[in-house]
Amino acid sequence: MSAAAFTGSGVTDIDAAKVRGAGSNVHFDKVVVAYGSHVVLHPLTLDIAPGEILAMIGPSGSGKTTALRAVAGFVRPASGRIRIGATDVTDLPPYERGLGMVVQNYALFPHMRVEDNVAFGLRAQGADKALIAERVKDALGTVGMSAYAGRYPRELSGGQQQRVAIARALAVRPRVLLLDEPLSALDAQIRRNMVEEIARLHRSLPGLTILYVTHDQTEALTLADKIAIMRDGRVCSHGPTTELYRRPPNRFTAEFLGRANLLPVTVAEPVGSNGFATARHGEAVLAGAARDERAGDKSLLCIRPQHLSLTADAEHTNRIVGTLREVHWQGELTHLVLDVDGTPMRVSATKLPVALPEPGASVPLYFSPADTSLLPEDAGV
Amino acid sequence: MLVWSRSGRLLIWLFFALIFGVLFLAPLAVILLSSLADQWNGVLPNGLTTEHYTDVARGAAWNSVKASFITGFLASALALVSGTWAALSLRLQGQSLKRLLGLLFFIPSAVPSVSVGLGLLVAFSHPPLLLNGTIAIVMIAHFVLISAFTFGNVSAGLARLSPDFEQVASSLGARPAYRLWHVTLPLLAPYLVAAFGLSFALSMGELGATVMVYPPGWVTLPVSIFSLTDRGDIFAGAALTMILVAATLILLLGLERITARATGS
Repeated sequence: MSAAAFTGSGVTDIDAAKVRGAGSNVHFDKVVVAYGSHVVLHPLTLDIAPGEILAMIGPSGSGKTTALRAVAGFVRPASGRIRIGATDVTDLPPYERGLGMVVQNYALFPHMRVEDNVAFGLRAQGADKALIAERVKDALGTVGMSAYAGRYPRELSGGQQQRVAIARALAVRPRVLLLDEPLSALDAQIRRNMVEEIARLHRSLPGLTILYVTHDQTEALTLADKIAIMRDGRVCSHGPTTELYRRPPNRFTAEFLGRANLLPVTVAEPVGSNGFATARHGEAVLAGAARDERAGDKSLLCIRPQHLSLTADAEHTNRIVGTLREVHWQGELTHLVLDVDGTPMRVSATKLPVALPEPGASVPLYFSPADTSLLPEDAGV
Repeated sequence: MLVWSRSGRLLIWLFFALIFGVLFLAPLAVILLSSLADQWNGVLPNGLTTEHYTDVARGAAWNSVKASFITGFLASALALVSGTWAALSLRLQGQSLKRLLGLLFFIPSAVPSVSVGLGLLVAFSHPPLLLNGTIAIVMIAHFVLISAFTFGNVSAGLARLSPDFEQVASSLGARPAYRLWHVTLPLLAPYLVAAFGLSFALSMGELGATVMVYPPGWVTLPVSIFSLTDRGDIFAGAALTMILVAATLILLLGLERITARATGS
């Protein structure tokens, strides 16, 4: 059986007829989680479509892990319902939900060999030996760990342990895979490789719905079809990854998802037929992508550092002038920090003019209206 | 390393050797020499003999070894089951109840063992709880005295066990009993073995309560040693003590090997 076999429609062998056969979308319906009087997850309504990777990101204590644990069944909502497919799983115990879960420290059972770890879920569900052997072989093959079946977890590196943890979760053919900060314990290089491997894995298992909790925006941007950004127990923005990155709906999203320069502007003309509004920053007249801003509105013009250029061309029609403060060369990129009327502006450039200005010099910055987004100034969330 | 200089380290080692030698080795060495002494009138024995070992082996020593082993094994096994059960159950309770019940479990260890024996003697001397003069009352006395240590050891193990293991097992479809048997208990194995070993060692050396409640025909090793030395037969008492020490050591080393093999350490 190939890796693609993991995308089957039955998808779970769990002993819960209630769960089996249903779809793999996840629906949070006004889910509230509270510890005593302390509410850690405010009414959360969110959908994860079948086969979608939704990344929940946010700072520590934002409620993202709580939301995942509510789906897993380890946290009982104070109110609201959680559905997986057509099944309301709110009152089902974790072992009847048909999920796979991978946690930060992998939690491989140290007293079991790799193959026994991977077989664990199937054995727990009473699958027959032939099926277990087949599934273990498939799952280990999918994550490239077939050669390590007879080893104990302590004999594996962190990245290998993570692969085994994923194989163990996949072996039960879950409808939904829950990944709780799965790469946090790995070093930067291995983490980058693992992100690519998870992306490849999902391409080979397109029917698998994944809820991916992380505080690392790079992992979220690389992997997720959609992102939900959490803050103080609430979703402060949710949408397709590229859309959220390109057109962040609020300041927190703009600053949490990648780096953002937020230039205070006043809207001069609302959005026109070209999709751009005109805004003023001091003497500069700038065009930017807008939604429904009206003339006179105080706004922030969001420009990503890599979209600012030191040279003009046909696309980079917006121009502002700043004072160069710092230059940081980092090999592939050079980071410049400029001061534009008191607002720090960061530039990430791959190519720089041959004669780089000295700190203190006035430097013009150019950017395309298509690479900007106007945000309401007063929207903290 | 806290001490860097060679002379400093030597001094620390000498201090350690002195403390260890005086407090631990010297009493054991004296008992060992006594068990082999022909006569002992000076600083050292006048001669060595194995006669005391053959004497105690010919006498009731074997029965005492058997009584101590059976008592220690059964009481420790019972304490292990109940201590583990209590630790697992209390884990699910609220903090205040957990603290209160945990404290209750430890009370017997704070009471003199003679008082525990006396209490059991009074409590179980009337029908329908007439256990006075039975082996069961010895088992109960040992169980009461050692269960706190078992509970403490298992609770410490559970506190160090990451909840991730059990939660991942549940998410993979393992029901609570399957999870307990295949995940929780194997992960706790080193603590369970340590708890059993400690309980067994405590039981093997228990005298205070046993001397209050033991029935004829169930004389444990410490009671035998006490009787022999009380009668002035110091050398036989020493020989029996060495048998007790050796038997307990062999069992504890065996348990340690089992744990090492099970955990792969």
